Amino acid sequence: MARLSGLQREVLSLYRKCLREIRKKPAETRENFRVYARAEFQKQVTVSKKDFTAIEYLLRKGQRQLETYSSPGIRNIR
Amino acid sequence: MSALRSTSRLFAASRPLFRPAVFARSYATVDPVAQEPTPSEQPRIKQFQVYRWNPDTPSEKPQMQTYELDLNKTGPMMLDALIRIKNEIDPTLTFRRSCREGICGSCAMNIDGVNTLACLCRIPTDTAKESRIYPLPHTYVVKDLVPDLTYFYKQYKSIKPYLQRDTPTEDGLEYRQSPEERKKLDGLYECILCACCSTSCPSYWWNSEEYLGPAILMQSYRWMADSRDEKTAERKAALDNSMSVYRCHTILNCSRTCPKGLNPARAIAEIKKMMAAH
Repeated sequence: MARLSGLQREVLSLYRKCLREIRKKPAETRENFRVYARAEFQKQVTVSKKDFTAIEYLLRKGQRQLETYSSPGIRNIR
Repeated sequence: MSALRSTSRLFAASRPLFRPAVFARSYATVDPVAQEPTPSEQPRIKQFQVYRWNPDTPSEKPQMQTYELDLNKTGPMMLDALIRIKNEIDPTLTFRRSCREGICGSCAMNIDGVNTLACLCRIPTDTAKESRIYPLPHTYVVKDLVPDLTYFYKQYKSIKPYLQRDTPTEDGLEYRQSPEERKKLDGLYECILCACCSTSCPSYWWNSEEYLGPAILMQSYRWMADSRDEKTAERKAALDNSMSVYRCHTILNCSRTCPKGLNPARAIAEIKKMMAAH
């Protein structure tokens, strides 16, 4: 794989963080969380690689969402 | 007599019915009837350029949108103009506002290049020049004129902005202060945390992660100067590093911009004096 830019690595690291948080959720709902996280990323695939400001905004938004959903009170997602 | 009383009661009973129409709060738009006496007056059209950015379409660049208002039909303050734009021209315009009298700090924004509260800023009467309205500089924008102040509030929390004390008073009553001790808090406690000063500080722009910024430092000093607080040494120790306080290079943008007329730079100087003395 080609060398990744800093921004690309940040996006991947956010996705990895999501996957790690999902492992803390109850086993029977994990798949729902995985589908949701993947869909959230998938929604933005159309964003241009060069559109740094948009990607940075989406990263911040993603971090916020991750913080919210990683609270142990949230047990399922649909 | 009784007939008279019944009518007056009827009148009183019916009053609440039309009260809303009479007393309905008209924020920005001056009642058109009230404007009638001066029909010969020329309309004073002023242009407002407002920063627009919609988070739902992040690929679209932020842009300036121009609105035109007749100043004769608008209240005197910038906030009146913004509310009128939102009510009558473009309901999608987003901004924070609450008290409309400079006590809540919600409507802090950058107007004609100066951070201020929209509710305390008069609309310049010069209609030839347009007014430019931006969100607070160097903040992440949530939408249009709404800045993300999460980190600002986190920093405020980090200085423990409350009275810390272990020993009770001898008589078990409230913690008392002399008028002189109370006087030290004047010019400090009035701060409403609108973030105008912090976001006008170049030092804070470049080091907002670690430098606390003028607003937070002034609040920190407010608790260090309080005669009732017993944790002054701990508070000083928490600030004793190269970033928290010493990124202040006395640029004085904070004191110049403060919409409440406070002097954060002086408070920071006092902190530096306290740190040097111990």
